Amino acid sequence: MTVQVQANAAPVHRRRGASRIADGRELLGVSFMIPTGVILLVFLAYPLGLGFWLGVTDTKIGEAGRFVGLANFRSLMHDPVFWLSVFNTTFYTVVASVAKFALGLYLALLLNHRLPFKALIRAFVLLPFVVPTVLSAIAFWWIYDSQFSIISWVLIKLGLIHSYIDFLGQPWNARWSVIVANVWRGIPFVAITLLAGLQTISPSLYEAAMLDGATPWQRFRFVTLPMLSPIIAVVMTFSVLLTFTDFQLIYALTRGGPINATHLMATLSFQRAITGGNLGEGAAIADAMVPFLLAAILFSYFGLQRRRWQQGSRD
Amino acid sequence: MARGVDEGTEYLETLPRRLLTLYLPLGLMLFFLFFPFYWMATTTFKPDAELYDYEHFNPFWVAHPTLEHIKKLLFETSYPDWMLNTLIVSVSATTISLFSSVLAAYAVERLRYTGSRYVGMAIFLAYLVPPSILFIPLATMVFKLGLFDSDLALILTYPTFLIPFCTWLLMGYFRTIPYELEECALIDGASRWQILTRITLPLSVPGLISAGIFAFTLSWNEFIYALTFISSSENKTVPVGAITELVEGDVYHWGSLMAAALIGSIPVVILYSFFVEYYVSALTGAVKE
Repeated sequence: MTVQVQANAAPVHRRRGASRIADGRELLGVSFMIPTGVILLVFLAYPLGLGFWLGVTDTKIGEAGRFVGLANFRSLMHDPVFWLSVFNTTFYTVVASVAKFALGLYLALLLNHRLPFKALIRAFVLLPFVVPTVLSAIAFWWIYDSQFSIISWVLIKLGLIHSYIDFLGQPWNARWSVIVANVWRGIPFVAITLLAGLQTISPSLYEAAMLDGATPWQRFRFVTLPMLSPIIAVVMTFSVLLTFTDFQLIYALTRGGPINATHLMATLSFQRAITGGNLGEGAAIADAMVPFLLAAILFSYFGLQRRRWQQGSRD
Repeated sequence: MARGVDEGTEYLETLPRRLLTLYLPLGLMLFFLFFPFYWMATTTFKPDAELYDYEHFNPFWVAHPTLEHIKKLLFETSYPDWMLNTLIVSVSATTISLFSSVLAAYAVERLRYTGSRYVGMAIFLAYLVPPSILFIPLATMVFKLGLFDSDLALILTYPTFLIPFCTWLLMGYFRTIPYELEECALIDGASRWQILTRITLPLSVPGLISAGIFAFTLSWNEFIYALTFISSSENKTVPVGAITELVEGDVYHWGSLMAAALIGSIPVVILYSFFVEYYVSALTGAVKE
């Protein structure tokens, strides 16, 4: 009782430290963190560390491993399939991300016009992102079928080609085919998030630019792009991250074939670790993806920083 | 809906110009985005005779629609089991994640305990850790814990990507609720728990719906964990079952495959169609800082 009276009587600026703990904030804060903390520490932080440990052991499925130092990484250095997967991953990420950005931004600009049924169109645009990737990949699988591809059929009818295209059977055809499927799925995400960014730009900026005689290109280059660049940085970081670590689309369409031509680092690590049973080697491939991810995270972080700075927040 | 870019000056554009610069490219883009679904749907309802005969039937149309493929899928495969598994896993993982995220987000954003800023930062970083680098160590853990080939393996691992996402989203949402409301309640003698359940949560229903449906869709779509941790046919989820079980050797039953893709997409599409605005705000909220 006395304690309570004293706490209430204390001047406001002294209600820090001890009395802050007394009003239960610290304790409550920590106890509120328990479910999240336990799940993330046990199933995220621990496996993340375990992944690095597995990468330096020769663990196989059903067989405890021994520490082998950097042997896994050394053997990967001389593994042409690993380097092919690095090339594929880079090529896939760069081409697909550029295409997603260009087409997504274009679609966002188109959707930002006054349109009939705009809400409905926007809802439809997002569908490829909502539908499970693997299930839409099955549709692409059928579209790319070597005997019954609808694309080949149309092109033959139009007289542009004479025989069916082997979309997934030839290395370069397969690479472009999986990229198209990935771009198809990625465009909605880029378009809808950039559209949200576009809608925050004040129309008066465009009116001012027009009065000054700016051409449509100049309005885009000197008004839209600079206003949009913070959100572009974040959206593209996420997009690059997801493309670089992509697994399901490749697994569904080609499983890395033909002759490893579409193996990404993620699918190769699955093949070596789960299908092949060499958990250590697979983990080493997964670890090799980390430096790139860190680069992407740093990029995102500085993108966010710049955004905060533009908003004039001190945080 | 906010105003369009050129709203003020749009009257300057003539109709032919709008057709060429707006409707034509938009139409092409929508065609590209929509065609796979159309193809999925027509294939589902085409009898085999039409499916593999482009000479006598126009491939773009279904001459004699049939439910044969759907019937085969539902009665001759484990597809209903997969649907049920996916539903159980998605609902459980979403519930666990929402519960944990609400508490964590409230603690980080409103209780502001010592170090909460760094915890918020750590949660953002956790959000960036991709499943592709976690599935191997998680597989060894799932084995050791005896969870291999059970729903529980997925229910416990899905929150690793759902919680960071939901917490991040809810933190942003809680920030928009005026602090004064909580202060008033504090002065009236409400406990922190009462404030959370009587004031903050009712005000954040839109945020909770956004996080919930997004988390549900993410778990419904999850593939790599389900592929790695589940081995027996009847325990699989829809995406894994469709890709691993419906292909017999080199024979592709395209009709049933497309039916599997179509039916497997329906639950998320229905959910999405009811909550488009919430879904969009989850999406855009996810990339906002």
